[in-house]
Amino acid sequence: MTPERRTALEEALLPPLVALAVALVAGDLLILTYGEAPGAVWRLMLEGTWGNAYGIGQVLYKATALAFTGLAVALTLRVGLFNIGAEGQLAAGGFAAGLVGLALPAGTPMLLAVALCVAGAAVAGGITGAVPGVLRAKFGAHEVIVTIMMNFIVLAVLNYIVSAHLHVPETLHTPSINAGAVPRLADSIAAFHGSAANWTVLIAGATIGAVAWFLFRTRAGFEWRAVGLQPGAAEYGGVQVGRVWRNAMILSGAIAGIGGVNFVLGYKGYYEDGFAGGAGFLGIAVALVGRNHPLGVAIAALFFATLSQGGLAINAMVPKQMVEVLQGIVILAVAASVPEVRALVRAAAGKRRAAEAS
Amino acid sequence: MRKLLGLLGGLLAVHIALSFVRPSGAAVAATGGGLDIGVVFDLGGRGDKSFNDGAYAGAERAMRDLGARIRFVEPGEGSDREAGLRMLAAEGMKLVIGVGFIFTDDLTQLAREYPNVAFAGVDFAVSVDSAGNPVPPPANLAALKFREEQGSFLVGALAALVGNSKKLGFVGGMDSPLIHKFEAGYRAGAMAVCGDCEVIAQYAGVTPEAFRNPGKGKELALSQYQQGVNVIYHASGSTGLGVFEAARTLGKLGIGVDADQYNEAPGFVLTSMVKGVDNAVYDAIARVKDGRFAGGIFQFGLAENGVGYVYDDNNRALIPDAIRARLEALKAEIVAGRIQVPATR
Repeated sequence: MTPERRTALEEALLPPLVALAVALVAGDLLILTYGEAPGAVWRLMLEGTWGNAYGIGQVLYKATALAFTGLAVALTLRVGLFNIGAEGQLAAGGFAAGLVGLALPAGTPMLLAVALCVAGAAVAGGITGAVPGVLRAKFGAHEVIVTIMMNFIVLAVLNYIVSAHLHVPETLHTPSINAGAVPRLADSIAAFHGSAANWTVLIAGATIGAVAWFLFRTRAGFEWRAVGLQPGAAEYGGVQVGRVWRNAMILSGAIAGIGGVNFVLGYKGYYEDGFAGGAGFLGIAVALVGRNHPLGVAIAALFFATLSQGGLAINAMVPKQMVEVLQGIVILAVAASVPEVRALVRAAAGKRRAAEAS
Repeated sequence: MRKLLGLLGGLLAVHIALSFVRPSGAAVAATGGGLDIGVVFDLGGRGDKSFNDGAYAGAERAMRDLGARIRFVEPGEGSDREAGLRMLAAEGMKLVIGVGFIFTDDLTQLAREYPNVAFAGVDFAVSVDSAGNPVPPPANLAALKFREEQGSFLVGALAALVGNSKKLGFVGGMDSPLIHKFEAGYRAGAMAVCGDCEVIAQYAGVTPEAFRNPGKGKELALSQYQQGVNVIYHASGSTGLGVFEAARTLGKLGIGVDADQYNEAPGFVLTSMVKGVDNAVYDAIARVKDGRFAGGIFQFGLAENGVGYVYDDNNRALIPDAIRARLEALKAEIVAGRIQVPATR
């Protein structure tokens, strides 16, 4: 391993580890203030998540949606934009997937139906992302403001359509889709019985691989990263910065939109108002903790999914809010420890180099 | 670098040390054999002053009076509803309760998977087949439904009798069949005692946000009071707080819903149409205890004390004895089936 690589690896791995240690101690103290034994609570959390196939399935299910939204946010951060709109894009994608599934005749071949539904989700999410992208590229409208506002608009419009026209009486969801259901993992692996995990997790894996390949192995990906690091320099080098911003927002929206497939096609088989439930906003934390790297996003998604499912498992002993506080501490600790750890790692690397030179 | 690893090691050492701390009074896991009950709340959760809090109150009473051991679960996102119910069912609870219509699908599915566990759903939405007949839930699932229209009928009659005006107000939350039920009952009650009365009914919106919009509630209420209405009945969640605000401003009266809302505007709340979610939950737990639990559709109306109106020291001065007697007579007629209260507009 070259020294540069070693430094890079340390910079990537140490901040999350420090953050995790801080969160564990903070969690201990929180649990103690609630009058419970930390050891017992952590054990219950581990048993309820990675302790059996059902728990693993639930974690995979939750991580799938978070991987999509985390990837969407990370992608825009790579070009220097901040997409806060993943929540609305996720909902729009899920709604479109449900609509396509409703419109298709029953008996459509599964792969075709799923492909059409996923395409619908990507288009809907992409359009939702295109609005702030175009406004940014053409008029310089700040994407943070526009994406936040787009969340309100999209969620309100979907809410209206579902509650006024499409819902099954006395509920807040649409009728069940005719075609396009993604099979559950439990259908092939009996141990997963009862868990919501479904084969959308494969689409998530493929998307992670594709984004990593695009960012680090293609010329366009290089241009995108250059825009993110230094837009002025990239423009001087011949990159059309506005176009990169627009395309990045569209792609980001499309990825977040596909995340809606997880619930709509993979779990319930219908669009339910409010299904996104904060997964879009949590995607921001996933991207931050994952250091905007596709692989990091995957790991961070699994981590936050474990916290979420674990929070349900320990709900008997501590209130749900404790897990939410813990989430916040992890995010704060990562954000705070990144520059701190980097300085220490670089100082250590400098010392090593000096020792080798002498 | 050494500093960093030292910090990491130090934190982990503290964590491991803390892991062995066992405070006295730490919860002991349920051992089975007792009356173990699980309750999963709606996303709104505790503190909604409506059905979640009602369910909590009922379960707490069962804990005191029946010796039940209750586990509460607060779900986070969509899939947590099923996960919470499943967790409780798998732990061998005697009865698992889902609070809110949103649990309908999840409860139906789990009741089929765990035929030996009893399930109950508050406000369970019974589906209807193509011929219009209700589809009965699985045999181990009790659908706890409320006849809100019957309670609304009585407060409608009360509003017409004490309102001193031919015009009565109604403010609904989301324009939806569930809330139309309240309006229909209220209107029928007013008409029963005052044939030429007119009910002005308005809704705050068409989305669930309409249940959380006190500003809109105040606006609607002010305009109704200015049209000559003296009493407004609201079925609109926290939007209704705006109705009470308007009543206080103009010195008029409002009628609360779900729980006794007298304290929202003391002196300006005529009564409240209360929905006995607590009684229904308590009742279900009691039936499990006595081995009398059965699935099916359970309607809680006036006869079962599932719905009613508040009459206590706070509002006794507002309701003359003669009117109180008239209301009780109407209630008896409904219980006896001589008055059929419509549930749709």
